[in-house]
Amino acid sequence: MSPAPGEDRYELTLFVSGASDLSARAIANARQLCESHLHGRYHLAVVDVHEDPAAVLSSQVLAAPTLIKHRPLPVRRLVGDLSHTDKVLLALDLPVATPAPRAVG
Amino acid sequence: MISARMGELPKAPTGISGLDEVTGGGLPRGRPTLVCGPAGCGKTLLAMEFLVRGITEFDEPGVFVAFEESAADLVANVASLGFDLARYEADGQLIVDHISVAGGELEETGDWDLDGLLLRLGAAIDTVGAKRVVLDTIETLFGAFSNTAVLRAELRRLFGWLKDRGVTAVITGERGDGSLTRYGIEEYVSDCVIVLDHRVTEQTSTRRLRILKYRGSLHGTNEYPFLIGESGVSVLPVTSHGLRHDVSSERVSTGVDRLDAMLGDGGVYKGSTVLVTGTAGTGKSTLAAQFCDATCRRGERALYFAFEESQAEIIRNMSSVGIHLKPWVDAGLLQFHCFRPSLLGLEAHLFAMQKSVGEFDPSVVVKDPVSDLLRVGSDADVSAMLTRQVDFLKTRGVTALFTSLNSAVQPTMADQHIASLVDTWILVKTMEGNGEHNRVVYVLKSRGMAHSNQIREFLLTGQGIELADVYVGPQGVLTGSARQAQEAQELSDGTARLEDLAQRRVNLERRREGVEAQTAALWREFEDEADSVRRLLSHDSTGVDDRAGQRAEQGRLRRADVAEPAYAAHGRDSDVGGS
Repeated sequence: MSPAPGEDRYELTLFVSGASDLSARAIANARQLCESHLHGRYHLAVVDVHEDPAAVLSSQVLAAPTLIKHRPLPVRRLVGDLSHTDKVLLALDLPVATPAPRAVG
Repeated sequence: MISARMGELPKAPTGISGLDEVTGGGLPRGRPTLVCGPAGCGKTLLAMEFLVRGITEFDEPGVFVAFEESAADLVANVASLGFDLARYEADGQLIVDHISVAGGELEETGDWDLDGLLLRLGAAIDTVGAKRVVLDTIETLFGAFSNTAVLRAELRRLFGWLKDRGVTAVITGERGDGSLTRYGIEEYVSDCVIVLDHRVTEQTSTRRLRILKYRGSLHGTNEYPFLIGESGVSVLPVTSHGLRHDVSSERVSTGVDRLDAMLGDGGVYKGSTVLVTGTAGTGKSTLAAQFCDATCRRGERALYFAFEESQAEIIRNMSSVGIHLKPWVDAGLLQFHCFRPSLLGLEAHLFAMQKSVGEFDPSVVVKDPVSDLLRVGSDADVSAMLTRQVDFLKTRGVTALFTSLNSAVQPTMADQHIASLVDTWILVKTMEGNGEHNRVVYVLKSRGMAHSNQIREFLLTGQGIELADVYVGPQGVLTGSARQAQEAQELSDGTARLEDLAQRRVNLERRREGVEAQTAALWREFEDEADSVRRLLSHDSTGVDDRAGQRAEQGRLRRADVAEPAYAAHGRDSDVGGS
């Protein structure tokens, strides 16, 4: 499975709610995840629902934090602080076990 | 709420007909209310009407959050009820927000909260200045989120937040097995719970509404049937009127003079309910038609519900007995509603009746015959429906005439149910005898009237109904009039005796007077005689003395014996002396 160039690029939006612990955790997890798995081929926008309500109204966001994967299709919504890394990777169609520390540990 | 006085819960009127009466003024203001029930029971519609009435009647803008139906679907669904959602939205009074939460799209990757929904809702509320909010159906979220522990905590927070915002909210919930809602959200909404139900009995579906709980408020505890009609939801409270209707002592003529006379003082009371029962072919419908005719003659409107005949049939049949209804129909004073009762369920029937009465505003309503309604529901249901009808008509001051067909001589159970509702019960039946089959009529009961106990013969003539005195047969069937005759006889006998006695007394008196007069006359005679005798006596005695003196002188001269008494001498003298 080798995605064609162009399809490769990830468009992500992370909706968070204010400066809560949950928000901070979600932002940190998202950044860390993108850097380690999508280095150089992603765009992550972080939106505070309180600062940009219009974006919230147009995007059907109920829960916070919510990470929306706009591209590549299909659109995916991930709810939560992204602490379950495996689930996040699965949802983003990324290979779960890359360097395989699991087999060792 | 701060403005609330102690012990008085502020309420937000729903504007839904009947619901405000059942809830004692509406839903708890500023608090969430749960409306739950099975699929298709009308939850969404009830909630939507609550919002629409808020906008149109109470100037309270609203927000409708739809988790199930799309906004376009909703708009289309309620357009048939005359709710123009697009216009309210354009006027900035309503926001219909569809939030799609199709399951499987969401992947949970850790902790989360419902800030997005709260923010969204908050933005919508602020945009229109909403006072009313509907969440339809919030439980859909349970299908989208797998972490129910978090969801429950967040829902609790949501309802608390709604309360803080001071909006009157309606939250709908789907009925679950053994619980009010599938996910038990009733535990978060503790102020007011309304349960809707949708039952089919004997092919007739009836929707019912019940206030399960209303904290801090009196409320009706019954199951109230409700309808989704052409103009929205209508709850039909069984006894919402609480028997508080105004009463009139005005009389309304039945159209049959002698029947009016039988009822005493010119007919039935205005706003009362009259039941005419009888076996087939006894003239119940004719009586009803004549009642309508009399009403129209007074220039008042009459509404005729016929369950057996069509308008044309009734008009034709009645003109054969001289009751011409066609001119009244043409003049707009008489309206017919002819349909088979099985066409509508009982509740729908009641609703249709109330609607037509509301539109036509008649002073007289005829239902011919109510016994046909029994085919639609059970006795208890029919009588409950009739109770509500009677209450409704009484509140409006409409005089009602129900006919009821009874197949047997015994009144049916339905009759007995109805009988306690009606004010006047007229019985028409046939009597067989002497090779004839005659109709008779009598008043079985009539509240507050000195009604006659007489049986009258009921004649269908070319000029309508006429009543005649019945023939008192040798069987003595008509004890009432026979007794009356006997009483009259006794009365006259007694009078004669009294007169005789008086005459005798007078005669005796006269006789006494006569006797007294005679006695007086006799006395007078006697006195006269006695007088004359006394006079004579005194005259005579002087003569005797003279003669005695003479005799004594003579005797002395003749030397007679002087020892002789004067009288004897006198007597002897007269004897002797002769003359």
